[in-house]
Amino acid sequence: MELLLFLIVFPLVAAAVLLAVRDDRARDAIVWATAAIVAVASIVLAVRFFGQGWTGFAFSSAIVDTIAIAVGALIAIVVMVYGVKYRNVAAIVLAAVQLVSDLIFEFAFAHQMEVPVGLYVDQLSVIMALIIGIIGSGICVYAMGYMKDYQAHRPEGEKDRRPAFFALMVLFLSAMFVIVFSNNLVWMFTGWEVTTLCSFLLIGFTRTDEAIRNAFRQIIMNMIGGLGFLAAMYFSVIWLNTMSLSEFILFGLRHPELIALPLCALSLAGITKAAQMPFHTWLLGAMVAPTPTSALLHSSTMVKAGVFLLIKLAPLYTICFAASQMVILVGGITFMLCSFMAISQTNAKRVLAYSTIANLGLIVACAGVGTPEAIWAAVLLMVFHAAAKSLLFLCVGTAEHHIGSRDIESMDLLFERMPRLARLMMVGIMGMFIAPFGMLIAKWATLVSFVENGQLVLVMLLAFGSAATFMFWAKWLGKLAGIAGQQEDVELSVHRSEWASMGLMAFVAVAACVLLPLLSNALIEPYIVSVYGQLGRDIPLDDLWLSAVLALFTAAVFIGGLRPSKQKQGPVYLSGVTVDSGERVYRNSLSNDEKATARNLYLAAYFSEGRFKPVGEVLCAAVIVFAFVASGIVPPVL
Amino acid sequence: MFALGNLLLVIVATVLFAVLAPIAGCLLAGLDRIISARMQGRVGPPLLQPYYDVRKLLAKEDVSVSGVDGVYMTCALVFTAFAGGIFFAGDNLLMSAFIITMASLFFIMAAYSSRSPFAELGAGRETLQVMAYEPMVLLMAVCFFMAAHTFMVDGVLDLERPIIATTLPAFLGFLFILTIKLRKSPFDIAMSHHAHQEIVRGTITEMSGRTLAKVEVMHWCENILFLGWVAMFFVWSNPASIVLAVIVALAIWFLEIFIDNNFARVKWQTMLNSSWLVALVFGGVNVIFLAFV
Repeated sequence: MELLLFLIVFPLVAAAVLLAVRDDRARDAIVWATAAIVAVASIVLAVRFFGQGWTGFAFSSAIVDTIAIAVGALIAIVVMVYGVKYRNVAAIVLAAVQLVSDLIFEFAFAHQMEVPVGLYVDQLSVIMALIIGIIGSGICVYAMGYMKDYQAHRPEGEKDRRPAFFALMVLFLSAMFVIVFSNNLVWMFTGWEVTTLCSFLLIGFTRTDEAIRNAFRQIIMNMIGGLGFLAAMYFSVIWLNTMSLSEFILFGLRHPELIALPLCALSLAGITKAAQMPFHTWLLGAMVAPTPTSALLHSSTMVKAGVFLLIKLAPLYTICFAASQMVILVGGITFMLCSFMAISQTNAKRVLAYSTIANLGLIVACAGVGTPEAIWAAVLLMVFHAAAKSLLFLCVGTAEHHIGSRDIESMDLLFERMPRLARLMMVGIMGMFIAPFGMLIAKWATLVSFVENGQLVLVMLLAFGSAATFMFWAKWLGKLAGIAGQQEDVELSVHRSEWASMGLMAFVAVAACVLLPLLSNALIEPYIVSVYGQLGRDIPLDDLWLSAVLALFTAAVFIGGLRPSKQKQGPVYLSGVTVDSGERVYRNSLSNDEKATARNLYLAAYFSEGRFKPVGEVLCAAVIVFAFVASGIVPPVL
Repeated sequence: MFALGNLLLVIVATVLFAVLAPIAGCLLAGLDRIISARMQGRVGPPLLQPYYDVRKLLAKEDVSVSGVDGVYMTCALVFTAFAGGIFFAGDNLLMSAFIITMASLFFIMAAYSSRSPFAELGAGRETLQVMAYEPMVLLMAVCFFMAAHTFMVDGVLDLERPIIATTLPAFLGFLFILTIKLRKSPFDIAMSHHAHQEIVRGTITEMSGRTLAKVEVMHWCENILFLGWVAMFFVWSNPASIVLAVIVALAIWFLEIFIDNNFARVKWQTMLNSSWLVALVFGGVNVIFLAFV
């Protein structure tokens, strides 16, 4: 238990120190040390609880409860202050509602809130802790170099707000640990709200109009989800007389009719945090923030808290029809439509954002199905997504600083201009979507579980969505792959901390693919068995080895094998007289020199946002409303 | 360990596939050229002409625009061999389908790497082709799973009757996109085997010598694999069914040549619309049918 408390408290202390330190070198040292210690501690945790099932720790304290409530109230007040400052009525109203409900909760039910077993660990928490501890800290390391460049690009004399930035990043880690270790719903909710507030402040960090606008969109959407969480707590404390997550789930398994509505409310909280339609726009808006923030939000924290909650609740979905259908359909529709919309994007960060949302949609849909195979797939998807997506964000961020653009079309020739970076980016893209890497296996388990449970609509959504996924990743890969003549190498000025961090992510992504059989064996299967008592059938455990072999081969080719050969170099064919092969300039029919250019296909007429966004938002909103109504009609037996 | 035994089996099958499929594929390609020629009122080249072509390509001077397309094509070949090995070892159908897609990806990257405008256009179209056929391939695999209750290809050997009995719509849908996969007209928009395309030779514009030879060999292997997928629909526990399946596969292959010679190339919009519609209708109908039977 000490280890859990350490993981929660240590980043908290580090955040406080970082807030005070203004010296660059001292800050670097603290961030390095914090990242290393948190990473090591999370690994120690994984070793210490290797293969164990659900382990609870008797830990309860009225003081902590009160602090948790106070922090919740404080967050609402902070939001209100910002709401007043930037005249945002919706935020003020939501924060006021939350504040009042928070306080009523404290005064009306304080005596019932005690949860004897306040903290717990199971293999899912361990996996999450590893993701947060290794990938999350890795991103903090990356941020050091990135923020130096960022500060250098700021106007002279502007106040250096990096201490606040780093404090928020590290605080984020602490809040995530609270979420994954708390059995007490009140504590979990506090962690939940802290992550919401942290991302609000991080998204609005640059304080441009756009950033402020997007930050408020984020906070409004997530406070709606937060209210869902609060509502579920009210239900739980009034009807079930418990504030313990594990008891809530156990109770729900015995009396599904009683928890229909609270389950819907909790699912809504998970869906908003995981940026599913119709709430997906907050994550798209989040990319105005400095890149480390996007990486953190997209890969290891924030959105992962949403899917973590849904996966945790998964056993309940197998018996609560309305909530299960809501989660499945919202996830499935989001997966397909966001994959479609990603095709029409030229902005690399926007492609990444859409692919994150789509991928989370797949995880959410798996959680909604709730069978052992589906959960196995969901956890795998989560792990791969965390590693590959953070790598991609960091690569795009570095590329942006060095080529001055985040447009995919500008990444032409990146393979030669930034050879190492382009290869890392390729590994990231491969890790995101392709056979034989992990995604394939996960998708396959998804298909199996969808088919076995008669989720026919979902099968169709998956079939068309994955096809779109291929399209947008493949054309990006193609852009990176171009090679022409001798290009200037512009990656020499990339910070060492950035290389270290990107190298770590690439290593984690490749290792996760290559060690897939062990990962499944040591971490995921024990979790499935501890929750369901058995493994799902038809999980292709045998073929994991095959995929590991192929992953190793591919990684070796991309990292080691791709060097220009000693072949004689030929000129490029330009249907005429080539003037300059490297520049693709040819002599046209009027004897003028002309440069041949080709752009990727973005199929705007087919896959534009204008076409699919309204459809998805209306459909998903309708599904959510319908599920709530259906659950509400079932009379609660008191 | 059981798992490792399976892996070994697949690797052995992959090696066998890598040796045998090019031979069979080469003969089929030669036959294709003769049949096509007869359909056009010509005599056509000798049966072994594709082999002579590739042998000549291997002897050509080693020239490349990008210097890396050869490596990408080697990867494409390796993955094609694995996809074939997995399928013919009786292993997982989905895995085979995914890995052959991976091979297409490497092929696409090889085309992109040259930065030739023609090759880039071709590569873009190739990704469109993949996107066009992928839903139907996935749904075909799903229907296979629902009919055979497993993704393992050798599962068909335990069945009382071939899966075609319950998967006719999916089979027809698959035939439709098979034309794209075999790079036959009217869907040979990324790279045509005939020398009359508006984007020169599309994806393979800048490939020559050994690299182009690899493309040819990959194409032979792909053809064998896809005909294997066709045959799979007609196999059941009766050993004689394998003969039937081979005959059906050859008949389908003849049909594809017939289509190739009788249809004009379409625009990519038509390809995408029609193949997604086919996937939605034929795949969807079959999935619903299997779910309620």
